[in-house]
Amino acid sequence: MDKIQADRGRRRLLIGVTSAVGSVGMGALATPFVLSMLPSARAKAAGAPVEADISKLEPGMMITQEWRGQPVWIINRTPAMMVQLAKNTHLLSDPESNKSEQPEPCKNVARAMPGHDNILVVVGICTHLGCSPTEKLKAGNEGGMGPDWPGGFLCPCHGSKYDLSARVFKDMPAPLNMRIPPYTYLDDQRLLIGTNKKGG
Amino acid sequence: MVSQVMGWIDERFPLTKVWREHLAEYYAPKNFNFWYYFGSLALLVLVMQIVTGIFLTMNYKPDARFAFASVEYIMRDVNFGWLIRYMHSTGASMFFVVVYLHMMRGILYGSYRKPRELLWIIGMAIYLCLMGEAFFGYLLPWGQMSYWGAQVIVSLVDAISPEVALWIRGDYVISDATLNRFFAFHVIALPLVLLVLVFLHIVALHQVGSNNPDGIEIKNHKDPVSHIPLDGIPFHPYYTVKDIVGVSGYFIAYFGIIFFLPEMGGYFLEENNFIPADPLKTPPHIAPLWYFTPFYAILRAVPQKQLGIAAMGLAVLIFFLLPWLDRGVVKSVRYRGTLYKSALTAFVLSFLVLGYLGTLEPTIWYVNPLARVCAGIYFGFFLLMPIYSRLDKTKPVPERVTS
Repeated sequence: MDKIQADRGRRRLLIGVTSAVGSVGMGALATPFVLSMLPSARAKAAGAPVEADISKLEPGMMITQEWRGQPVWIINRTPAMMVQLAKNTHLLSDPESNKSEQPEPCKNVARAMPGHDNILVVVGICTHLGCSPTEKLKAGNEGGMGPDWPGGFLCPCHGSKYDLSARVFKDMPAPLNMRIPPYTYLDDQRLLIGTNKKGG
Repeated sequence: MVSQVMGWIDERFPLTKVWREHLAEYYAPKNFNFWYYFGSLALLVLVMQIVTGIFLTMNYKPDARFAFASVEYIMRDVNFGWLIRYMHSTGASMFFVVVYLHMMRGILYGSYRKPRELLWIIGMAIYLCLMGEAFFGYLLPWGQMSYWGAQVIVSLVDAISPEVALWIRGDYVISDATLNRFFAFHVIALPLVLLVLVFLHIVALHQVGSNNPDGIEIKNHKDPVSHIPLDGIPFHPYYTVKDIVGVSGYFIAYFGIIFFLPEMGGYFLEENNFIPADPLKTPPHIAPLWYFTPFYAILRAVPQKQLGIAAMGLAVLIFFLLPWLDRGVVKSVRYRGTLYKSALTAFVLSFLVLGYLGTLEPTIWYVNPLARVCAGIYFGFFLLMPIYSRLDKTKPVPERVTS
């Protein structure tokens, strides 16, 4: 009887130890499979900075540049648009861009680099669920946005509205202003998107 | 000769035993009605999806450069490719039609109640797996709706954990890497899980026995000598023959759609998916396919992002709790009172209205307010069930099944 008891204790110990070592082995075996699903070296390399030429960008126009597979909008805002930006504060959820993502020098009403206030560079992806909003740049009813529309963007997926600094309106599904990517001016006509440093 | 072969097999594999226990001597209640077609139909649709899927993979290319064109190649140049693809795409929608009706049957007759809780839970796991299949499969044609639909769903994950979203995509955006792995999930991983779950669902069903429209147990009245339930009839030949009638009716509808309305006016195949995926341009209106729209409408109705995701997840997962939320003394809707019947009617209507609202553009003024009301009814049906199902004035339940 005593002998059976002793054997049981030993058996439980052996089962416990074997299971523990086995689980560690399973975990170790699973690691390469799980990690194989992360971005590959090729996908990481494709995220390098891209250059954009804005010499032909007239006031009131917008161009789209691809960076990391995402649309980056570059918009040359007219003086009238710039005046409107300051008047939008009461409509906006985060007018000072305190919670939103942008390079430090762009944390202003225009959300642009000082000296190039009129040029907005923004990742054209809605902060709600990642759709790309539609441009409704002109103020007023022209784009079907109602007579009070100050000019900006409308996300077609869930109706989030943004102003011409890509700042989100109050009570919208999107929580934050659209993201301003890191970028730098190589000279007055050329931008490098994806880095804060020249030659980066 | 035949009996010799059978004897040889039976000594090595329980063929005759399985045949008897699960078909020839599996006794199902004699009062099944048309609602009981949908279980066997779901099995049929699963087999057809697997077979048509195998033939589609013979010509489909899971590569972002070739995927869209390979689907068009199947549609135009492969012999009967159009038929096989329409059978698969229509089959996907019909799978959800059949499964929603199958779930409705369970709710109507209380088939999730004790002792069938685990049967219901396995069934819900199948439903989740099916949603995964539909989601991963929808990316494969690499059209605009494929791309942006996947973008929206993966960004739901992104809102909770950007690292996990990156891991799922395998890239910073939905890309070739994502397409390739979704193909692997769609054609290998999830079908295997699905088959195992369906097997477990049938094992669990045959352990507890089928419920019936009266919601009473036929095992309570057995023949004293043979121990066969008095209200039971053998599944084969009675219900195999009945199910063939169901299959005929199903095929008329299914092939009717395939031959005359394969896109179902944009509800089975969306117009925007005939445009190749463009990562830089979102289509003006994004809506998932109809079987996801009730949950999508709930997501949009909540003004706060994380809460919206939570509400949508809860709307799906709350079905798991049904066996414990229902405190009614009867199982079947036949013997429930006005209170439960009104709640169920309101729930079904809210589900249908949500489904419709989910297909509309959110900028229409009534879409989100109405969706909020319907979401309230939807969750009310579940969360208030412990109260109203107990207060409900029920009718007396018969001892034996009614004919």
